[in-house]
This record gives sequence, structure tokens and C-alpha cells, in this order.
Amino acid sequence: MSTAVSVRELRKRYGALEAVRGVSFEVARGEVFGLLGPNGAGKTTTVEVLEGYRRRDGGEVEVLGFDPGRGGSAFRERIGVVLQHSELPAGLTVREVHRMFAGYYRRPRDVDEVIELVGLTEKSGARVKTLSGGQKRRLDLGVALVADPELVFLDEPTTGFDPSARRTAWELVRALRELGKTILLTTHYLDEAQQLADRVAVIREGRIVLAGTPAELIGGTPHVEIRYREHGREVVVETNEPTRVLAELAGRAVAEGRELLGLEVRRPTLEDVYLDLVDGEPGEATS
Amino acid sequence: MRLFWHELRMQQLLFWRNRESAIFVFVFPPMLYLLLGAVYNGTIDGFPAADVLLVGLLGYGCANTAFAGLAITLVIRRENGILKRLRGTPLPGTTYLSAMLVSTLVVFLLQMALTLLLGLALYGAQGPENWTGLVPVVLLGVAAFAGLGFGAVSLIRSAEGSSAVANLVLLPMAFLSGSFGPTRNYPDVLQAIADVLPLTYFIEILKDVYLRGEAFWSDPGSIAIVAAWGLGGLLVAWRRFGWEPRER
Repeated sequence: MSTAVSVRELRKRYGALEAVRGVSFEVARGEVFGLLGPNGAGKTTTVEVLEGYRRRDGGEVEVLGFDPGRGGSAFRERIGVVLQHSELPAGLTVREVHRMFAGYYRRPRDVDEVIELVGLTEKSGARVKTLSGGQKRRLDLGVALVADPELVFLDEPTTGFDPSARRTAWELVRALRELGKTILLTTHYLDEAQQLADRVAVIREGRIVLAGTPAELIGGTPHVEIRYREHGREVVVETNEPTRVLAELAGRAVAEGRELLGLEVRRPTLEDVYLDLVDGEPGEATS
Repeated sequence: MRLFWHELRMQQLLFWRNRESAIFVFVFPPMLYLLLGAVYNGTIDGFPAADVLLVGLLGYGCANTAFAGLAITLVIRRENGILKRLRGTPLPGTTYLSAMLVSTLVVFLLQMALTLLLGLALYGAQGPENWTGLVPVVLLGVAAFAGLGFGAVSLIRSAEGSSAVANLVLLPMAFLSGSFGPTRNYPDVLQAIADVLPLTYFIEILKDVYLRGEAFWSDPGSIAIVAAWGLGGLLVAWRRFGWEPRER
């Protein structure tokens, strides 16, 4: 039982639009798995099939040993859900909302403990409508955690956050991982996937175009870029043998007694790889 | 059952905590009674005006609470994603909706008590001739108008429009059905419309029991019409009700 989520050839269409076109991946227990892709790539649809909100049109899906569409209450006891857009009752206080949700589960976690975990202790008596956007998102997470779930779905947990709120949210996800939770998160922010996920699948137009650890995704493109300026023009050399190329360039420059202006040696970031993938020719993958 | 009681408590907390709904749903009908009661006096159709108006406003209050209040609340909760969020928990949908129904009943019972108290204390109302007969009347009314409310939720698309749509249906219906005073002198066309509305028959049943002291089942035709409207609403809900936001 080391697999939390297993998806094989998942398909889902809305009328004429085929939102998910044969997606396969597995999430191990205790792992943070990131579904990364631009808006409209099929991330939310995929996750909502796994959460039991949508029926799939094809493929096999198993979440914690359940078929999410038929798992019922027993399945929902064990998952925590943070939706992309959802509000919580504005007139209740932070603690009341946690109590409300705790009441839906057989073995909830201690409410005050959860509130502390998500950093809302000082706000526990405050009405939901008085919270900031970041605090509301933490409330969403807290409400998902009162269930003490094994698996937590986070659908774009930091969209619209300012940088410091995002940092805080990242710390929270890391804290959850320390607690041994399995986390499936979707994001269109690369740095988020890179920072948080043990493994990442890049999804585009309903298909997974690349999957692996963040390091593997970058490692998949072996070349290194060397940039410098010569006669006022920028020169870019892409190479698989950066040591040799750099030694030659440097040797020549030293021999001629000049400086390699603006010298820079860089490996492509996940961002470069990602942008290459999502900006590439659409529809070249075969179904 | 544990889940039901928990959810009923939450529904009550949510209702009273939301000042707008508490005022609109709970305070508005008794307030109208205060106003109308100050205008009419003497007798209407041989009954004390205070009691006739009370019956009319109990009818309006029942439709306002169980139909409009419930529909508006549910549409708002659906559109802002609370219903969807709840579907991600082990709480069964039927438990949620039945807790909401019972919570609505609780609100209406309190409202009825308040209205009666106002009538007895301020306008010299006589009170119901048949107290025990009121119990099934109230249960029928809340169930039927809630059925219509669930149907309306399924047809209303946006949270912004929900209050307008619900009241666009409710207020003319209440006016035509005699909630705010006798309809004897209304034009035939309006009376003909009133003859198909559920509130007309619900008020008729209330009059039988409250004013004439008759038994609840003394007018089975009216009971059947009110129940049929409620079932019609439920049928629409059964086919069209959704937990997820329509406009997103």
C-alpha cells in the first residue's frame, strides 16, 4: 500500500471539449506531487475526478484504494480538499468554521491544534468576513485538515497571493509533508512546483508532456548556456561540454589580453524547460 | 443522526448570525403584521380583523421563510462554493438538506409565536380556534413551500439575482392570495390567477383551522393542491438541483 493515487489513461470531456486526454501518473504515500500547467490545461478537472466531484469518461483511477466516484463517506473521511474557488460562511468565526467541519468527521483533529497549525490562533475569534485573502486561504487549508486526512488536495493554493503570503503557504505545505500527509497540488507557478513537489508532472492540453523530479526535468536538457559580449554584441554558446568550451574561450581571451565581458555560465532553470514545453507547437503529441 | 443534529445546530447558527437573512426572513412578516394591524380594525368577513390579518401574514411568513428565504440562502451558498465544499466532506447531501428543512421549520415556528404574541397583546386577536390543528397545517406549509424553494434553487442561476427572483414570485403571490387583506374586490382576472396559487389554498386551510376551528383535513382539496405544488417543486429539484456554482 505505498501508492496513494493511481491514474491510468484518464479521460474527461465537456461537450466538444476534451479537457483530459489520457493522463497517467502515480502518487506515492507521503509524497508531494505537483501537477503543473498553464490555465485550462486540465489540472483542475483531473483533480476533481480524483476528489470524486466529476465522473470520468475513461481510464482507471484509484485513490487510497477507492474509486473516488463511488467511495462515499468512507472515502471522504480520509481526504482533505482545498478547492480553487470556494468561500466559507462569512458570519462564523474561524473557530466556529473549524468546529462546523470537524463535526462532519468521525475522528477529527483537535480544532485549536489545527488553527495553530495554519497560523490563525490570533484570529480564531474573528469572523471569516474580516480575514484577508491569505488568511482565508489558510482557513481553507485548516478546514481541510480538521479531518486529519491522509491525502490533501490543494488546487492552486497560492494563486493571487503576494510573495510573503506565498512563502507562508509554502511553509505550511512543508509542515504537512513533515506530518506524513500525501499532497497532490496543482499550480501554474513553476517556482512553487520546484519548491514544494517531490515529483512534478507538466500537463498541457489535457496531456502530461513531462514528468519527474524537478532535478530530472532540468537534467533532461543537458546543455549549458555560456554568454558573453564581444565587440558590443552578445554571444550565446549552447554546449554539452561547458568545461572545454569555456577553457578555449578563456584561453583565447587571455592570450589576446582582453576580458570576456558579461561572462555568464548557466544551466537552464525549470522555467526554461517549462516555457519551452508549454509554448511549443500545440497538438504535436499523438493520442 | 449525530450528523443531522450537528448540521441542524450549524444551520441555526448560520441563520441567526446572518443579520440580513434574520431580518428579512424572521422580522419582516411580523413587522408587516404590526403595520397592517394598525390600519385595519373591526371585523372582516365576520371575524376579528386582527385574526384575519394574522392568518394572512402567517401564510406569507411561511412562504417567505420556507420558499424565498430557503431558496435565496441555498443559491448563495451554491454560488460561492460552500455547497461544493460540503460535498467534499462525509456529510450526506440528504442530511444537509433535511437539516436545512428542519431549521426552516424552527425559524417559522418562532416567527409564528412572535406574530401571535403581537396579535394577542396589541390588536386584541382571539387566537386560534383549533390549536392542535395548527400543527399539521404548519408542517404541510413548511414542507410544501420548501419543496417549491428547492425547485426554485435549481432554476435560479445567480446569487445576485436570487433575492429579486424569489420576491418577484413571492410578493405578487402573497398579494393575490390575500396575505395582506381580503381579495373580494379584486378584478376577476386577478382572482382567477389567485385560484391556482398554492398560497391561496394554504391560507384557506389556515382560515379553516385558525378562524373556524375546523379540523385540519376538513378541506382535502386545498391540502391536495398545496401538496401538489410542493411535490412539483421537489420534482424540478430532483431533476435539476446541483451542488456546484452555475456561474463560473
